[in-house]
Amino acid sequence: MDMKEKMPITPTTPVTPSAAIPAAAHREAPSFADDAEPDMTDSAPRIDVSHQPNIEEASVPDLDTGRDPKMRADEVSVFYGEKQALKDVSIKIYDDLVTAFIGPSGCGKSTFLRCLNRMNDTIPTARVTGRIALDDEDITSSSMDVVQLRARVGMVFQKPNPFPKSIFENVAYGPRIHGLATNKVELQEIVEKSLRRAGLWEEVKDRLQESGTALSGGQQQRLCIARAIAVDPEVILMDEPCSALDPIATAKIEELIHELRGRYAIAIVTHNMQQAARVSQRTAFFHLGELVEYGKTSEIFTNPRMQRTTDYITGRYG
Amino acid sequence: MSLGLAFVAILAVALAAAWLGYARARRLRASSGSRLHSLPVYHGAHAALWAAIPALLLIAAWAPMQSRLVDQTVLSSPEGKALPAFEMQRESILSEAREIAHGDREAGFNPESTTLAPRIRAAEQRYALFGGLIAIAVALATAAFAVRRSNPQFRARTGVERWVMGLLFAASLIAILTTLGILLSLMFESLRFFRLYPVQSFLFGLEWSPQTALRADQAGSSGAFGSVPLMWGTFFIGAIIAMVVAVPLGLMSAIYLTQYAHARVRAWLKPILEILAGIPTVVYGYFAALTVAPAVRDFGLAIGVSSASSESALAAGSVMGVMIIPFVSSMSDDSIAAVPQAMRDGSLAMGATKSETIRKVLLPAALPGVMGGILLAVSRAIGETMIVVMAAGLAANLTANPFASVTTVTTQIVQLLTGDQEFDSAKTLAAFALGLALFLITLLLNLIALHIVRKYQEQYE
Repeated sequence: MDMKEKMPITPTTPVTPSAAIPAAAHREAPSFADDAEPDMTDSAPRIDVSHQPNIEEASVPDLDTGRDPKMRADEVSVFYGEKQALKDVSIKIYDDLVTAFIGPSGCGKSTFLRCLNRMNDTIPTARVTGRIALDDEDITSSSMDVVQLRARVGMVFQKPNPFPKSIFENVAYGPRIHGLATNKVELQEIVEKSLRRAGLWEEVKDRLQESGTALSGGQQQRLCIARAIAVDPEVILMDEPCSALDPIATAKIEELIHELRGRYAIAIVTHNMQQAARVSQRTAFFHLGELVEYGKTSEIFTNPRMQRTTDYITGRYG
Repeated sequence: MSLGLAFVAILAVALAAAWLGYARARRLRASSGSRLHSLPVYHGAHAALWAAIPALLLIAAWAPMQSRLVDQTVLSSPEGKALPAFEMQRESILSEAREIAHGDREAGFNPESTTLAPRIRAAEQRYALFGGLIAIAVALATAAFAVRRSNPQFRARTGVERWVMGLLFAASLIAILTTLGILLSLMFESLRFFRLYPVQSFLFGLEWSPQTALRADQAGSSGAFGSVPLMWGTFFIGAIIAMVVAVPLGLMSAIYLTQYAHARVRAWLKPILEILAGIPTVVYGYFAALTVAPAVRDFGLAIGVSSASSESALAAGSVMGVMIIPFVSSMSDDSIAAVPQAMRDGSLAMGATKSETIRKVLLPAALPGVMGGILLAVSRAIGETMIVVMAAGLAANLTANPFASVTTVTTQIVQLLTGDQEFDSAKTLAAFALGLALFLITLLLNLIALHIVRKYQEQYE
């Protein structure tokens, strides 16, 4: 789908390769017990962010200055037919950080996520305006090859959706269609590496030829993550990746998100505010198609600036 | 009084019972002041069902019994005893007499039938009156029983529900019993055939030449009933040539319609494709015989096939393939549409193109359903008659040359059973054996196909 009205926005910063921040130091598994008992006496936001892996504040750039964002959206609006689902959203997504999109159902957070790899193209009535850039390259232009875009911006869906193929073939799917491996050995290496990174290798290494759909829900979702990282993307989009999973599988996925944070820019849509607090460093709160507030996760949950954000995270609606 | 009249009378009784039951229930509600267990409508329906169904069942059971009773009475009368003892002769006189009695014919060929006719008429009237009166009496009795049973606590609604369930069950039973009946009748005739001709020669014989000799010294009547050439011809036309045409075209049109076509294009194309399914097969037959067959023959001769026949397997098979396209297309359409959107999204999000997604994800996932659809299409194609009767040949050749003439099971059945036939010759009975074989093969194909389709549907539920 072509963008009908493109916002005349010029790149604000010259293209520079984003500096990778070593994140290995922060691979501390989050503690979930803390979240079970929010402080009920506190009338203020009850989401506990104290266990956030300590990113040195100095290494986290300010929201609007400092290093270049991996992706940036400017004034993005989405229409489904006549209905406007998203209104003028501008946001920046950084390398090495997990950005969480939260908000009540129907607030447009998934719609926005699907703009970032142009999955909205698959919906015939959807129309996107505004500008979205990946490394300062406009991805909304008609000259953008969505095949290459989606190889660079991977996606994990709400419901695990492994293909009805073997575990090996599921992971090998992307490398095959993008020609990433020249021979079988290379392909096997990619598959093993991806499964290892997704934390699934030890569980499936002896049964790679079994069907991917035979795995448990949590394993399927990690298989989908392995499938996404097999093409070595720069950004991974996750659309409520844990909403169909049980708490233990959810914990594994969250742990995995922590481990992946050093390599990829990650954007995650979640309904679960505790999850947003646990896994993300940036949080964007959407409501009624608008981006209400965007900032450091710790600030959003402890000291939101907007009344609507306060209401949402204290559970007044949503 | 005929049984037809009794039928009408029973319906009238049922109607009256419905009204009585309804009125009585309303009165009960008014007088007792409390709520009835069931609405008055159910009380009425309950009474009507009780009045109608047992009596109608009685009539249905009485009708065949009556004709036997009539025959018995007539044969035991003096005129009946005078009839010739030879079974066939007696039967023909009796059936003539029956026709005279019913006014279908003025006078019989046999003088005896004319004298028998009044006997038959009298006996029929007597028994019909007897049966009809009994049925009406039963209707009245059951209606009275049902109407009198109603009181405020009476559960008329559950009673009606039970009757309705019984009716539905009976309806489904009829289809099953009919299938069973067809199978049994085929089997009995086939058994008669196999008494005349050995089973193994029928199943494995390579020669089909059903001309049986009327006299022992007649020439050119081998009477060979080897079904292999027919089975091969059927398979060649219906399962090979037709599918070579129908599967790619049907599958590709399904892919286009579900994946590529704009909604507006789809809204036009799909009904047009479905029109193909509505064309009478005899019209396809003309088309195959008059248009396609000569073209195929000319093409065959042009490319140097000297044996190209104007009744080629290719002509019949390709037209049959075209006929099956909508069938394959709609089955494939359903299977592809049943693959979850999540699967498609997953592939597209990996950066796969539309055609990669279709080839590597959608089709493999839809394959079992498509296979089931193809098997159903095959079983339709091999049972198809009109096209092959008109366009395929009669020569039972065992050849894989598509330009040559082959014959099929259905064509041969038509050949064996058209015209005057004697039902004790192997030639006629062979048709039933062929029919049985065809029935069993299509039954098997359908069972396999349904099994595959069902298994496939469970996969995504």
